[in-house]
Amino acid sequence: MSATIDYLLHLADNAVVLGQRDAEWCGHGPILEEDLALANVSLDLIGQARLLYQRAAELKGDGTTEDQLAYFRDSQAFRNYTLLELPHHGALVGYAVADRDYAATIVRNFLYSALMVHVWDALQTSADSTLAGIAAKSLKEATYHLHHSRDWLVRMGDGTDESHARAQAAVNHLLPYTEEFWTVSPAEAAAVEAGVGVDVRSLRGAWDALVNDALAEATLTRPQVRGYVPQGKVGLHSEHLGFLLAEMQSLARAHPDGCW
Amino acid sequence: MNTTALKEWPLWEIFVRSKQGLEHKHCGSLHAADASQALHMARDVYTRRQEGVSIWVVPSAAITASNPDEKGEFFDPAADKIYRHPTFYEIPDEVGHM
Repeated sequence: MSATIDYLLHLADNAVVLGQRDAEWCGHGPILEEDLALANVSLDLIGQARLLYQRAAELKGDGTTEDQLAYFRDSQAFRNYTLLELPHHGALVGYAVADRDYAATIVRNFLYSALMVHVWDALQTSADSTLAGIAAKSLKEATYHLHHSRDWLVRMGDGTDESHARAQAAVNHLLPYTEEFWTVSPAEAAAVEAGVGVDVRSLRGAWDALVNDALAEATLTRPQVRGYVPQGKVGLHSEHLGFLLAEMQSLARAHPDGCW
Repeated sequence: MNTTALKEWPLWEIFVRSKQGLEHKHCGSLHAADASQALHMARDVYTRRQEGVSIWVVPSAAITASNPDEKGEFFDPAADKIYRHPTFYEIPDEVGHM
């Protein structure tokens, strides 16, 4: 049972952290129509996170609520991929004055949704029937997120000199973080053993094909990746997650049990 | 807002069909780089609240509109031709509501 809970938290933390990151563009999108489109993506992700937290809380069975899981755990307890907590600053991460770069947002959403269409597809046959139901719903959303981000990736990569350079910089910056997708965490291994989770290593070929195809169409180069492998999904995060959670959790912590 | 982009991207008129069997209705317009992008943006802008099951996008430039200055000669002559309304018939009771 705890294997299932840990696995659900990994999936939920991914969704809530990327949902929060993408929501930072709300009201600041490059154009009005795209502002709405990205807010829709955020709301899909937050909706997925809610369902997953609700299921995890139900399995815990000790009165825990979805809000406690999202708003009252600290960064070390979060099990999201490091990729998803990074700011939208591309390679300028670390400079307080760095401007957000939409290319980083799009590339990140593309790399993640290219994985999740396969994860959700596989989880439709999870031994946890609630998770299987969530997967069926989320698959449709992830398919749209992939379409949206891939469309922009190609437009940027195969666009102007500046958009191409920014897209390539974002790919160079973010692709190394995807190495974390393919290492199996103890929580994932236990979930696979229980028939609840999917072995991510089995999805790598399909993900590679999606990524290579899109990068080729976008006239972008896939960089060689080696060395450091992030470990966000075992709770070892970058310095950025704490700030993200501080903002996301502040309202719930200032007004515990507040209701709107 | 990137005003350069707004100047460069053409305007599209959006038509949404709310359910099968009904007609597509004009619901607004938006800027997009091409038809495919206009369709996706229309999905996000105009069907967020389950307003539709089908979307048409049409380049605004493809629409030829009547000239407001010609409103008089265009529309006023119909004003005194009430016989064009089918309101002069007795509807038999057995027909019921029409």
